[in-house]
Amino acid sequence: MSGARVAPAGGREGRAARAWRLLREHAVTVVAALVVVYMLIPIAVILMFSFNDPAGRYNFTWVGFTLEHWRNAFGIPELTSALWTSVRLALLATAVSTAIGTLMALALVRHRFFGRRAANFLIVIPMATPEVVMGAALLSFFLILNAPPLGFQTLLIAHVMFCISFVVVVVRSRLIGFDRHLEEAAQDLGATPLQTFRLVTLPLIMPGVLGGAMLAFALSIDDFVISNFNSGTTVTFPLYIFGAAQRGIPVEVNVIAMILFGATAAAMAFVTWQQSRAKQMAAVHPQPEPAPLLHPPSREVEQSVE
Amino acid sequence: MPRATESRRGPGTVRIGRRALPYALLAPGAAWLLVFFVVPLFYMGRLSLESGVVGSLEFSWEWSNYTDALSLYDEHFVRSFVYAGLATLFALLLAYPLAYVIAFRAGRWRNLLLFAVIAPFLTTYLVRTLAWETILADQSPVTKALDFLGLAPGGHVLATGGAVIAGLTYNFLPFMVLPIYASLERLDERLIEAAKDLYASAAQAFWRVTLPLSAPGIVAGTLLTFIPASGDYVNAQFLGSASNQMIGNVVQSLYLKQADYPSAAALSFVLMAAIMVVVLLYIRFAGSEALMGEEPR
Repeated sequence: MSGARVAPAGGREGRAARAWRLLREHAVTVVAALVVVYMLIPIAVILMFSFNDPAGRYNFTWVGFTLEHWRNAFGIPELTSALWTSVRLALLATAVSTAIGTLMALALVRHRFFGRRAANFLIVIPMATPEVVMGAALLSFFLILNAPPLGFQTLLIAHVMFCISFVVVVVRSRLIGFDRHLEEAAQDLGATPLQTFRLVTLPLIMPGVLGGAMLAFALSIDDFVISNFNSGTTVTFPLYIFGAAQRGIPVEVNVIAMILFGATAAAMAFVTWQQSRAKQMAAVHPQPEPAPLLHPPSREVEQSVE
Repeated sequence: MPRATESRRGPGTVRIGRRALPYALLAPGAAWLLVFFVVPLFYMGRLSLESGVVGSLEFSWEWSNYTDALSLYDEHFVRSFVYAGLATLFALLLAYPLAYVIAFRAGRWRNLLLFAVIAPFLTTYLVRTLAWETILADQSPVTKALDFLGLAPGGHVLATGGAVIAGLTYNFLPFMVLPIYASLERLDERLIEAAKDLYASAAQAFWRVTLPLSAPGIVAGTLLTFIPASGDYVNAQFLGSASNQMIGNVVQSLYLKQADYPSAAALSFVLMAAIMVVVLLYIRFAGSEALMGEEPR
């Protein structure tokens, strides 16, 4: 970028100045590289200690290499059941929060209506509230109501609650560049509003919806603070780790953490691929000049509407 | 286009008036947030003004819950905001160069670097915090190196405020990098070129063009880092000692261990109010548009 500005021959920029500039340019890059290393070190440590063969109950010092814990990743019954509770919870919370969050995002981007600012505020506030406060408030609510016993249901309620805002933000950001002409084209070709939504809108916003869903899943499966308040006797994966921290964390926790890491990374790669495909499929970004009513992607639309 | 309008109202479609449509779309989510976020806050407010012990709590406008909580735990409040503030500052100093490089210099490495930024999120929060316990343990290479540099008095890092701040910085760093990256990526590079064509030095162009234009990202990033960091208790629990406990630790322990609900509720409210004040002041100074990014249209 700035390197493109070549100093005129014999110009003001001498050799020393150029060296200084190069050094400074590289300094930023070096700092950035160090920050990346800093971000990745703990992950490397988690991976490394998943192969550890600790002497006692504490997996804090390196003793020796073993594959034992990878072979027996699901060998601790309490840990495995906690993991499945977390996965079940995260899947349900993701499904519910993605569905209602997507609808909210559609309302906020597509429509101007009375109360829009209030709705925006309602969505932002949970994100600006510390988790401790959210967890404590929900617990107060459940305690006073005394209605649902603390457990899986209350966890689900809590997880959907804190996921919604994030889903709205992600889906919304995808919707903003959306080309409405495709929908108009579908309706001109005789599609009902529901058909238009199912066959045109949904496929086009799908990458955004998937992105929101992934974020919701990641938030839910990783949540400790709010869950700790509202779990009752139900144990999720993070709650198991917290409980085990006192008496020594089994190596299998690291193994499962790495498996989750790999699975979510793969899912992310998939969503990214979908998004780039969607970009090719349709001009998601509005063109500067009035877009033609039918551009290449809408051919697929025609076919599917028929 | 008579045909189109006709088909839009075709048989078999659920007909919702155009005016009612946005409300219908909003209803499920808004209801969920109202019932399970706003209403619980009111319940917590009520609880914070009750007196008595568990089982026989009674609402009695017990304002002393607040004054008692504040006088007992004032140092935890101060500590929380100092730790969170320092962590936010360090995160900003680390995040900006990284976001800058990803936005302007990364080329085909961009996606890989973005993945590296998000990667910590994909490992369980508690597990990565515990990994820092390993990294900062007394005999670890990192501690030895810090000791050599004179940054680890007595050869200890773990169970100090420094370890808690380091953990907070690490855990919320992606929240800082991503908004700054987003605002830098949107930045029109022609503006920087224009500044240089007008004989601004690289440094001048940065301070007077790039940095101001990335301010929305910085505002969003600092808020997204500061808010969760000030309420956090996991880092203080695992990486700190008894003298590094933050306000989150107190709330957690009053609620879940000592079952002193009124005091815990009062503390939660004060925490939330304090954060709101900090956030509003900050937005006042730094401009709005925070948190949600810019408004559509």
